[in-house]
Amino acid sequence: MKKKNCINSMRVSLPSFSVNESAARAIVSAFVAQLNPTFDELSDIKCAVSEAVTNSTVHGYRNVIGQITIGVRLFDDRSVRIEVKDKGRGIEDVEVAMQPLFTTDPDGERSGMGFTLIENFMDTLAVKSKPGRGTRVVMKKKLSALPVTR
Amino acid sequence: MKEECKVIFRTSGDVLTAAITGEVDHHGARRIRAKIDEEVMTERPRGLVLDLSRVSFMDSSGIGLILGRFSKASEMGMSFAVSNPSDGTKKILDLAGMDRIVRIVCGKYRDERGEKAV
Ligand SMILES: Nc1ncnc2c1ncn2[C@@H]1O[C@H](COP(=O)(O)OP(=O)(O)OP(=O)(O)O)[C@@H](O)[C@H]1O
Ligand SMILES: [Mg+2]
Repeated sequence: MKKKNCINSMRVSLPSFSVNESAARAIVSAFVAQLNPTFDELSDIKCAVSEAVTNSTVHGYRNVIGQITIGVRLFDDRSVRIEVKDKGRGIEDVEVAMQPLFTTDPDGERSGMGFTLIENFMDTLAVKSKPGRGTRVVMKKKLSALPVTR
Repeated sequence: MKEECKVIFRTSGDVLTAAITGEVDHHGARRIRAKIDEEVMTERPRGLVLDLSRVSFMDSSGIGLILGRFSKASEMGMSFAVSNPSDGTKKILDLAGMDRIVRIVCGKYRDERGEKAV
């Protein structure tokens, strides 16, 4: 099997201000756009990024401001790898946290659907976390083949 | 370009419509949540409709916003619906199973007593 090669990559670090949720979506989608994704693929990626960045903002850095690092890699087989990392409070039990409807939100305005949406929008989702140390979310998606042009 | 999340209110009969515009993420939802609740408390309508037709982006924070308003409306004995989600917004609503929890209407909204509202 042919090994896939990384053809471009970027890394950005943003403070966890809620206004940066839309900035993160815009930055990632502008970068991924060079692979010519479909409108739907780009919408899916935007939502997945939004979920991960929002989780770092509201859960990882609850009541504090910390740095969120976002890394994107593009591969020659049209796959995209997106990593969202924080050095926040971390997750006690990742398996439980990833279940639909599970939330530790105190004010009742969260539904516990973030990870479930990411799983639906991306091909793979891997979450690694250590309580007190932080959380790393890695998600991958392979874009559909470009239409053949004459 | 980023579109700030805003809410515009319309009242028709006994029904209050909150038309939401822009990006409904955690940042946006937080901006409009209290505004909707305040309007409901002062207007005391019989029904509340969240018009999503001009929402340009929504994630799980939008689901939280809808469910939060739905449970407040239910507590107050009001009818509740969301209306006219775009295809992208509808996809999120469906994945979150919202169609089984709240009423999603397209086109003009009529409340339970058949009164034309929006
Ligand atoms: N970066 C993170 N740091 C700490 N805890 C996290 C992080 N991401 C997720 N979690 C934990 O996992 C739970 C589930 O996350 P998920 O995104 O699925 O739901 P939610 O954020 O609670 O609600 P929603 O995303 O629907 O608004 C969170 O409630 C939180 O306890
Ligand atoms: Mg979440």
